[in-house]
Amino acid sequence: MLDLVVFYFFAALTVISAILVVTRRNVVHSAIFLATALLATAGIFLSLHAEFLFIVQIIVYTGGITVLYVFVIMLVNLDVALHQVQFNRQWLVALLLTIVLGAQVVVALALSRGSLYTLPPAPLSSLEPNTEQVAWSLFHTYMLPFELASVLLLVAMIGAVVMSKKRV
Amino acid sequence: MDANAIFEALKPFLLPVVFAVVIVALLPLVAGYIVLVERKVMADMQVRLGPMRVGPHGLLQPIADAVKLLLKEDIIPESADVFIFWGAPLISVTCAMLALSALPIGPFFQIADLNVGLLFILGVSALGIFGIVLGGWASNSHYSLLGALRSAAQLVSYETSAGMAVVGALLLAGTLSTRGIVEAQADYGTWFVFGAPIGFFIYLVASIAETNRAPFDMPEAESELVAGYMTEYSGFRWALYFLAEYTNMVVVSSIATTLFLGGWLRPFSGTPFFNFLDFFPPLMMLGIAGYCFYRSPKQPVPVQKLFMVAVGLLCSVVALILAAPLLAPADSLVASAKPGVHGAFWFLFKVSAYIYTFMWLRFTFPRYRFDQLMKLGWQFLLPLSIVNVAGIAVALTLHRALGWPLAASFLLTTVLTLAAAAWLVRIGEKEPVGIAAEGELGG
Amino acid sequence: MVPIGHYLFLSAALLGIGIVGVVTRRNVIIILMSVELILNAVNINLIAFSRLVGSVEGQIFAIFIITDAAAEAAVGLGIIIAFFRNRETVLADEMDILKW
Repeated sequence: MLDLVVFYFFAALTVISAILVVTRRNVVHSAIFLATALLATAGIFLSLHAEFLFIVQIIVYTGGITVLYVFVIMLVNLDVALHQVQFNRQWLVALLLTIVLGAQVVVALALSRGSLYTLPPAPLSSLEPNTEQVAWSLFHTYMLPFELASVLLLVAMIGAVVMSKKRV
Repeated sequence: MDANAIFEALKPFLLPVVFAVVIVALLPLVAGYIVLVERKVMADMQVRLGPMRVGPHGLLQPIADAVKLLLKEDIIPESADVFIFWGAPLISVTCAMLALSALPIGPFFQIADLNVGLLFILGVSALGIFGIVLGGWASNSHYSLLGALRSAAQLVSYETSAGMAVVGALLLAGTLSTRGIVEAQADYGTWFVFGAPIGFFIYLVASIAETNRAPFDMPEAESELVAGYMTEYSGFRWALYFLAEYTNMVVVSSIATTLFLGGWLRPFSGTPFFNFLDFFPPLMMLGIAGYCFYRSPKQPVPVQKLFMVAVGLLCSVVALILAAPLLAPADSLVASAKPGVHGAFWFLFKVSAYIYTFMWLRFTFPRYRFDQLMKLGWQFLLPLSIVNVAGIAVALTLHRALGWPLAASFLLTTVLTLAAAAWLVRIGEKEPVGIAAEGELGG
Repeated sequence: MVPIGHYLFLSAALLGIGIVGVVTRRNVIIILMSVELILNAVNINLIAFSRLVGSVEGQIFAIFIITDAAAEAAVGLGIIIAFFRNRETVLADEMDILKW
């Protein structure tokens, strides 16, 4: 019962913030609502007993990426942009895509004749303690992707620095 | 669902809510008095007296300041973005107070013992940057924007080093839960500052930069960009930013105390020989009370005499609360409160010592220029903190896998990290080599 | 636990909103933000199924997606800054130098 309440609260917050991200005229407002959407998603992670992902989402996504977005918005801010047309003429395509997507999910759930909808979850003990399990899996089974991810971040850092320098 | 069932369901929530309400209610008062202490300490180091007029020895100055700030006119710049202008101080204060929820003030005084408590505090402090950046943006003024961007850049730069220094203590403790870290220090018998002194030093410097305190306060010093991101804020909104800054100071001191200085543990908590140190808290409070009673007849005005007597009585009551568990018979309820009450005292004592160090450093060192500040953060502290983490990992491996004694392995890695620090300082002092030296192209 | 279908609908909704944002908005920064929303939708799905199945691999995958998103945001925003310095615009339909 409490689970459902918490889920609906965070889910509503996520969806509303996401809609506001996509529809605001002022880009800074969109960035703030993106931060709210990411925080609500972190709340959903926490309710799914994924503590480490909850905290990584807050530190990396909200505390890092969104701040980066706000910095860049301040650098490329144009006052004239506030009065320009915000949406292009392809909203029909977008609507079509969304309807197709929604239909896909409904069809997938219907084909399982409702049994997918209410699958019983696995016992919680297989996921506790969360941080230790994530660390164990990451450093044993997934060591190579971990190292590759660090190389990827190094490359991204170099790329971002090079792209933003004034004269190469 | 009768009353009993409802109470049982609510009980896990009641105690944290009570603690949270106490902390949120007391924090503005505490922050105000930290400001007063800072002014008095500043005055003491500058051989003058500080605020003396409002209340005896200026003790009511924070109340006067609070009343003034609440009654000031609320000015909003005309072209400011009202939604963000209104929300930015709220974000700062909320994140600062939220970080206090995972910190243990005593073995029984913690709002929430999260499994990932340490990372939670780091993450929430990272969210505080938002309040600064948005505040500077919303003011729609050049000084504010520049100050906000500088301040945010400074915070982001030192956040990584602070996080790595914290990882050093984390490796020693083996758990992310703040309560578990203090209990690990009790198990080891020593505080982690003796195992990772360089980590403590890095955290000290990084935390001064994180809270925008001198000598790293270029973005908000009065002779610089007016007041940085706080320029256009007045009255209660400015008070919120101010509260956020001093709450951040308390949070950072609490983190350092929990991680490095043993949290709520008495010095030498594991050794029964030093049990006489248990009497230090009540004796110290009795000493302060005695000093208040001694100075009371020398006050010029009767109201101030009474006030000093009242403060003295308050300190005596606190001393009594601290002495009661020591003097009661060993298995009574009062004696069992000793870890809680004494733990809270030692925690607050260490936090106050750390904050005093902040103030001491503020009034001793000149300000860093902004490029010097960034250079220090990226070219000295960050490599040093990485070397520190590697060093502590090596020390732990030497102890656990090869069986070296703990003190020997940590001494070795501390010496090696100091050598790396000296090398980094030496590299930093050399002039950077340009890509093309002046005048060499074409002749 | 909340039925898994709830999480499927939530992530489908977020995915839909993200797609609408990418396809419809002109401002490149908001397009990038919508891509972040799409990645978050995927993360919610992965972690919900990790909880359902009881394996931690979904969370590992989600960690890698978050890392990837950080790298992509950094490089993408760097490109936007570089482009803005040259053309003074951040609107997607004005970035048509390569059109023939």
